[in-house]
Amino acid sequence: MSKNLVVRFAGEGGQGVVGGSELMASAAAESGYHVLTFATYPSQIKGGPAWGQARISSEPILTPGDSLDVLVCQNEYAYDANLPELSDQGIIVYNSQEFEIEHPRALALPTDDMAREAGNARAGTIVMIGAVAKAVGFSLEALESFITARWDRGRPGDAAIIEGNIKALHLGATAADESGFEIAQVDPPVEEPDARERILIRGYEAACLGAMAAGVDVFIGYPISPATTMLTYMESNLNGDGKFVGQASSEIESIAALIGAGFTGKKTMTSTAGPGLSLMGEGLGLAWMSEIPLVVADVQRGGPATGLPTKTEQSDFIMAMNPGHGDMSLPVIAPGNVEEAFWATAKAVNWSERYQGPVILLTEMSVAERAQDIERPDTSLISQESRSISDGSVENRRYEGEGVSPFPVPGGPGAYVANGSEHDEQGDTTHLADVHIQMTERRFAKLKTLNDGTFEAENPTASIAIMPWGGSKGSGRGAWQELTSEGIDIGWYYTMYLNPLPEELLAELRTKDKVLVPELNYMGQFAGHLRQLGVAAETINQYTGLPWRISDLKEEIKGHLS
Amino acid sequence: MAKRNPSYDFTWCPGCGDFGVKRAIERALTARASEKQEPIENSVIVAGIGCSGNLVHLQEGPQPFGIHGIHGRTLPIAYGTKSANPDLNVLVVSGDGDFLSIGSEHIAPQARRNLDITVVVMDNGIYGLTKGQASPTTDLEEITPTTKYGKLDDRMNPLMVYLGGGARFIISELSTRIRPLQQAIEDAMNYPGFSIVHVQSPCTTYNDTYAALKGDEANGIKALAQPIADSHDASDYFQALALAAQPGVPVGVLYKADNSVPAHDRLTQAKQKAGIASTDIEKLFDGMVI
Repeated sequence: MSKNLVVRFAGEGGQGVVGGSELMASAAAESGYHVLTFATYPSQIKGGPAWGQARISSEPILTPGDSLDVLVCQNEYAYDANLPELSDQGIIVYNSQEFEIEHPRALALPTDDMAREAGNARAGTIVMIGAVAKAVGFSLEALESFITARWDRGRPGDAAIIEGNIKALHLGATAADESGFEIAQVDPPVEEPDARERILIRGYEAACLGAMAAGVDVFIGYPISPATTMLTYMESNLNGDGKFVGQASSEIESIAALIGAGFTGKKTMTSTAGPGLSLMGEGLGLAWMSEIPLVVADVQRGGPATGLPTKTEQSDFIMAMNPGHGDMSLPVIAPGNVEEAFWATAKAVNWSERYQGPVILLTEMSVAERAQDIERPDTSLISQESRSISDGSVENRRYEGEGVSPFPVPGGPGAYVANGSEHDEQGDTTHLADVHIQMTERRFAKLKTLNDGTFEAENPTASIAIMPWGGSKGSGRGAWQELTSEGIDIGWYYTMYLNPLPEELLAELRTKDKVLVPELNYMGQFAGHLRQLGVAAETINQYTGLPWRISDLKEEIKGHLS
Repeated sequence: MAKRNPSYDFTWCPGCGDFGVKRAIERALTARASEKQEPIENSVIVAGIGCSGNLVHLQEGPQPFGIHGIHGRTLPIAYGTKSANPDLNVLVVSGDGDFLSIGSEHIAPQARRNLDITVVVMDNGIYGLTKGQASPTTDLEEITPTTKYGKLDDRMNPLMVYLGGGARFIISELSTRIRPLQQAIEDAMNYPGFSIVHVQSPCTTYNDTYAALKGDEANGIKALAQPIADSHDASDYFQALALAAQPGVPVGVLYKADNSVPAHDRLTQAKQKAGIASTDIEKLFDGMVI
């Protein structure tokens, strides 16, 4: 028995490798396991090397896993490319109608023929799932009920597809049974009787639901990988009186439209990736300057330019804080996993309302696209914050004072001009030095209201600490746990609130001899920011387009300890 | 009710056409407020960058709300404002540089939505605020600081652009005709869909076209601006195209589509048809329970 199992489906885009891993994960989650998925694929609809991975465990999961217990291959390239990650006892299941291999623990399945025999030529992946399930001692009943639920879509052909898929599942299982292959079976799930319900949810769904729980009214976006899923989820699910979801013609339109919508008093949000955030730079400056609340979710991918549209990276931190020209410092909240994506996005909406300006939710492909089982969030814990509305008592002096001031809403009193040029208290353009000084200081002073960021700290007496951010949290945590259990004295720090950083956290970090920052970029962007703030930070970085493996990260950290 | 800032010191050059447009807008907004029995604060002026955009700060008398944004993005800002609150009256003011050069990519998308807004374009055929560079509507062969050998790019025909982009109500006017211009803006604001009032608004400093627009019949110089004949059927798209394609500046209603369902009504109707209920977050979570 082992604590967990990692299954990877590898092949070409369009061969169901991502769907296969998600089906496996979903069925496992239904059976009570913890699950976490990760996929990587090229930016094309059909073809190109792709794989989807499911990690199934009796314990809570931090990362997609370092090595593979089962490798399912649709073609020879997938075999060659992924074999190095197979564990010593791992098995291979492959489509023998595509290629032949010599390997002591490989199960050859003529999946095309078997799928046709099952009555659904498209069920090749399900044949392989059946074989995997049998090899790891996984319940076929759970898979059957999951298949039934998934393909019962109220269409005439559903029954035939379900029947074909279930037959395909059993054909695969029988073949595996006859082959005699089996690997260490995963421990049964641990019952947690007192816990809240568990849900299986993707990162982008959690972010959207967090925004909804915080009361977002308007979502306008433009399709871009890997952020499109947030736009389509909102299009399907953000409904009701006064709610609006729209597709803009570009990210320039998205951000401008959010400013126009936020001006009316509505809570607004968009999602994008690096190229879109680049285009939004000027608009974000306008939102900062004219003090319009809004939230931009940046789902980071590899950059610059078109970069790696479907890979993961943490290389937009600098841009997230300073996306445009001029003096501005945008609040940045970066969730480290699916659960945090919910709370972080709710907080981003609240922060934008509280300080009346734009907030960046900085997430990444590996978090947003990941499916994970989490405790069902208790939405009653979110207290919606809304900007205070002007009652007209200050007439049109919307920008009066040294901090956040009441917001006049069109249709009500206090007509003013929301102005992207430097402006006086009622929004009229001015170039006077004393007004520019006063207004610049006003805009930065408002950030001081964002003082409720929390952080994690463990072993705070150690002089060396690690502090990952965003999606590197899971692997960072895993590496820290292993190092600590090996007796290495190292501290742990983590926060979602990258800007402004919680003051108490910053004070602690400044006392360290060394703060190691694992991150997925060449420049060591967050470590550089910490150094600017007077922290002895060193970056531990890689830029493969994939998340950290715990084992790799652990070795890297060790190299920085001496 | 808020009044304009008496200390605001921006001004246009003497004789600028934008003064006439400003006056017409002030009158149209005041007339609308009294006619509809709604506060003037129910109107929002979204202004672009350039001489024209400063109009939002120069409004005299009762003040509407205003957004003075970034160069070229009046239409997407208005898209957000109108979509977020369809009860607001949204008026865009822009110039030929802001609207037809940097902002041209936004015309067709918002026109095709049939966003229920009114755009007033002040066309002076030049970049005024940056001192006289060529704009899309500068004439061919015109010499400017950026067209040393004379302008090599053909002059844009904005009316053709609007018709091609899908605008449903298009009026061509002159800044000197304040009362007809006021009426045109009122009509456009009352039209349920995407409307544009394109105004010849001459720049007395860099491109003074007053004389050319007016002509000099006594000396045999035909006026560039010609009233649209009563025989023109503005509801006929092809007649509008033919008229817009002719040289010169037509004055009057170029095109007015009979059928116009604005963007927000399209959405409301589609949602009603599909029977979409309000979001229930807990129900969405229920569907994810394992």
